[in-house]
Amino acid sequence: MPADQRINRDLLRPLTQTSWRFYLLVAVFGGIVLAAVVAWLSQVTRGFGITGIRWPIYWGFYVTSFVFWIGISHAGTLISAILRLVNAGWRRPVTRCAEVITVFALMIGALFPIVHLGRPWLAFWLFPYPSERMIWPNLRSPLVWDFFAINTYLTGSVLFLFLPMIPDFAVVRDTSTGLRHRIYRAFALGWRGTPKQWHRLETAMQIMAVAIIPVAVSVHTIVSFDFSMAPVPMWQTTIFGPYFVAGAIFSGIAALLIAMAVLRRFLHLENYLHRVHFENLGKLLLVMALLWGYFVFNERLVTYYGNKPAEMAVFWRTQRESFAPLYWTMVTGNFILPLILMGIRRFRTITGCVIASIGVVIGMWLERFLIIVPALGHKYLPYSFGVYRPQPVEILIAAATFAAMTLLYVLFAKVVPIISIWELKAGAHVPSALVPPATQEHPLGELHL
Amino acid sequence: MKAVYGLYPDGQAAQQAVNRLRAAGFADRDITILSPQPMEDYEFGRRDKATWMWWIACAGGAVGMATAFGLAWITEVSWPMDVGGLPTFAWWPNLIIVFELTMLGAIVATVATLVVTARLGRAGGLYDPAVSDGKILVGIEHPLDSAVSDLQTALGAVRHATVKTI
Repeated sequence: MPADQRINRDLLRPLTQTSWRFYLLVAVFGGIVLAAVVAWLSQVTRGFGITGIRWPIYWGFYVTSFVFWIGISHAGTLISAILRLVNAGWRRPVTRCAEVITVFALMIGALFPIVHLGRPWLAFWLFPYPSERMIWPNLRSPLVWDFFAINTYLTGSVLFLFLPMIPDFAVVRDTSTGLRHRIYRAFALGWRGTPKQWHRLETAMQIMAVAIIPVAVSVHTIVSFDFSMAPVPMWQTTIFGPYFVAGAIFSGIAALLIAMAVLRRFLHLENYLHRVHFENLGKLLLVMALLWGYFVFNERLVTYYGNKPAEMAVFWRTQRESFAPLYWTMVTGNFILPLILMGIRRFRTITGCVIASIGVVIGMWLERFLIIVPALGHKYLPYSFGVYRPQPVEILIAAATFAAMTLLYVLFAKVVPIISIWELKAGAHVPSALVPPATQEHPLGELHL
Repeated sequence: MKAVYGLYPDGQAAQQAVNRLRAAGFADRDITILSPQPMEDYEFGRRDKATWMWWIACAGGAVGMATAFGLAWITEVSWPMDVGGLPTFAWWPNLIIVFELTMLGAIVATVATLVVTARLGRAGGLYDPAVSDGKILVGIEHPLDSAVSDLQTALGAVRHATVKTI
């Protein structure tokens, strides 16, 4: 069978064949998400008293989840944009898996500022619109910066994901009938594949990649400003910007590795998601683990050397007092585990990558939690000391975000080819004699490092 | 008679078909080429490469920047607030809004240019679903009746060609 037809057959199979596992997954994860919606509605009607969020700790699981999911969103668009710009041939089966994570993680993350509101129906106050009293949002507030940055990144990421899907919608359009054909015809936007269309699409993707990388970096820097602009012990530090960006990319790569392993296993994409993809991303995970360790060392050393009483109180709370178990779990998940599993070649298998990635995801969630709660519970004066005890409603909503992510991903993979068909075909058709050495492409099945 | 076209299994065959059409006197603008992936390794795949898209993206960014400045200026002057002793219109915090809207302007302008110049959203034109299966289509739309047999000969002279007349 010709390569193009084989690629079509393999990558369109999930769209046309549905097993009982799909319905089971949708039912289970949909049920969890539904339970979280009910919990949120109960919080809206009964008030924030049913949560553990109270003075002095107003940021608990919700803001932790917000920062965590915005971080996870760095998996896709940023990584994909970098790989596109450097023309890495091995990116082809990876980019869409990654870009989808960005869009869904951003959507989930962006929900949390609303979940965190006592009166969520007033969320529109963040919009800069001319109200009847001409009261405008304070554009000098980091929370308003969040609004602009996240919406720019979300808009850019949705378009960055959608544009290369257009030729694939055309493939589905051409291979389907009836209602399915009509739906995909609408999404294909009359795509035919003329040289002009291909040039314009590729140029647009290049421009988007150039634009989206600084936006991605700005988003998590701005999220870090939510903390570093506040006079709270261990928050007001210039290292938070790059520290948050590095952590975001780190957790994003981990999420991508997990998603790729699951897709490979359940959609039988072994011929497309090769071990080398996991190895390459595993190496990137290792680099980011080292970078994360470097930032933590910097943050801790400077605090320790400064020896300010309020900061040292938070410092010791995390390292050897009440939060120590969480802190050392974080260090194990984010540093020790990836260092061992990704550093030793023998362990850098698909299973090893998944185990290390799960450790990183847990570790990064804990990192966000440990930045927020210990510091807010132990500010400068004893009258502002407090304890945070997350309540079932918060735990359920935070846990349900993982179910929501899985659900959205499963539904997406059911309606859109999860690997870019035309990019794979382009990779499979490149005559090696015509490709300059600096942009060496690797045809399918012959990927080498 | 709407079109005469050939379907070819690879870029080399498609390039030969294009060359034969040119030799038969057809201009580049009259030759329709459709492929399942970018074919920039072949001469026919590099047609229509020139674009103003980068410049339009820059212009979109400039519009976004101007919008951000205007928004920040108008809102802060309309509702002046003392934030930590900063001036009413403070450059440093406003640069963040300016940056985000600049990038948003560039992105939106890029996508709009793509939609317009690639003629997305417009139905019609020569097409064959075999393109999705990996074939490359080379053909002429609305040929003169007198040219049909020459076209069929030119397109069919290439190996593995499937010539269709619709």
